[in-house]
Amino acid sequence: MNTTASGMSTPGQTVGPFFHYGLPYDGDRDLVTPGSPGSIRLHGTVYDGNGAPVQDSLIEIWQARPDGTVPQEPGSLRRDGWTFTGFGRASTSRDGSFYFSTLAPGATEPGAAPFFAVTVFARGLLDRLFTRAYLPEDEAALAADPLLSSLEPERRRTLVAEKDEQGYRFDIRLQGEDETVFLLFPGR
Amino acid sequence: MELETQSVIDAEISAIAQATEQAGAGELQPHVDYPPYRSSILRHPTKDLRHTDPETIERWAPCFSHRDVDPLESDLTIGQRGEPVGERIIVTGRVTDGEGRPVRNQLVEIWQANAGGRYVHKRDQHHAALDPNFTGAGRCLTDDEGNYRFVSIKPGPYPWKNHLNAWRPAHIHFSLFGTDFTQRLVTQMYFPGDPLFSRDPIYQAITDPKAREMLVATYDHDLTQPEWATGYRWDIVLTGSNRTYTESEDSDL
Repeated sequence: MNTTASGMSTPGQTVGPFFHYGLPYDGDRDLVTPGSPGSIRLHGTVYDGNGAPVQDSLIEIWQARPDGTVPQEPGSLRRDGWTFTGFGRASTSRDGSFYFSTLAPGATEPGAAPFFAVTVFARGLLDRLFTRAYLPEDEAALAADPLLSSLEPERRRTLVAEKDEQGYRFDIRLQGEDETVFLLFPGR
Repeated sequence: MELETQSVIDAEISAIAQATEQAGAGELQPHVDYPPYRSSILRHPTKDLRHTDPETIERWAPCFSHRDVDPLESDLTIGQRGEPVGERIIVTGRVTDGEGRPVRNQLVEIWQANAGGRYVHKRDQHHAALDPNFTGAGRCLTDDEGNYRFVSIKPGPYPWKNHLNAWRPAHIHFSLFGTDFTQRLVTQMYFPGDPLFSRDPIYQAITDPKAREMLVATYDHDLTQPEWATGYRWDIVLTGSNRTYTESEDSDL
């Protein structure tokens, strides 16, 4: 039976090695057309505890528009090139890399530090992980952020994306010395 | 690399089960650090997850509609030239949040092996037949009461190389969204009475037996349709929502 006492939620399980024909779809990583006005690239590599790239992981992002508003438009699975849905999905390549073509998220409240909400799935990872990729520019906002300001500098670093020519780089380390900070939200 | 035997894995599984039971520390979610599942060893965080209050974007979730999903995508047995091989099944249930509220009009995605336990995937080397009439992936939206429904084929058990003679219990992969980003869930649904449960390190990584059983569907003869398909019911409970609901949203529950 799967009816149980209140307070229990359905447990997670690994995404496994064969998600590639179930979850990815055409246009999944292109929230906007690459190279269109305002488009940026968010990219990175997923590493395991030995520093080896993870070639069977799946990254999802969820984000505000550049003006800080939260998209509530359908169409992520059938991109029309005009609607910004705020959601994207990218499986990693053989070299563990992923990329998204998107817009830079804005602050959802005045003074808040803008970030991409990120979910990580992988073969070998028994439950999904949540993290955040913060934009590096607004140092005052980063300093005031409740999560970042609670972390030691070397841990905090793992959550701040690096600016590069086309946008931002955000590597994800599942384990090890520079392990990415992963988040636990209330309720689980 | 020489693979270890099932008995080595069984001993590790039962040692962890005993230790957690003695400590009264059975966990409702899988241990991400669960060595009997060999691939987990280098792929789990070793530092504690950081308790964090969700910010605005994390209190919302992406929105999907019939623009995204064709109703035909919920039937995995159609769209090819012929009928797929295997037992046709109906899998249905209700998606609710931790407070029992239905998760309405939200995306549910599934993928699975065929009746012979073979995935349509270039990295699946299992010597079982591919079925030209079955790809094994589907999508649907929940209705206004949070119900989802798929028609599919009962997947076979699947051999893998975690250890020697390793077999996964038959399962369907499920991917779910809630009303909040924080409710995102990817999991697996199993079938009742599977003899492989006790030997499977992925299923056993959830150390609380009651929590594990939440992943097992129930056979429901009322869902079964004469001379067509057997029916399974599997309800899904996401974590509580962190969104503040207005009275008008709450009053129509």
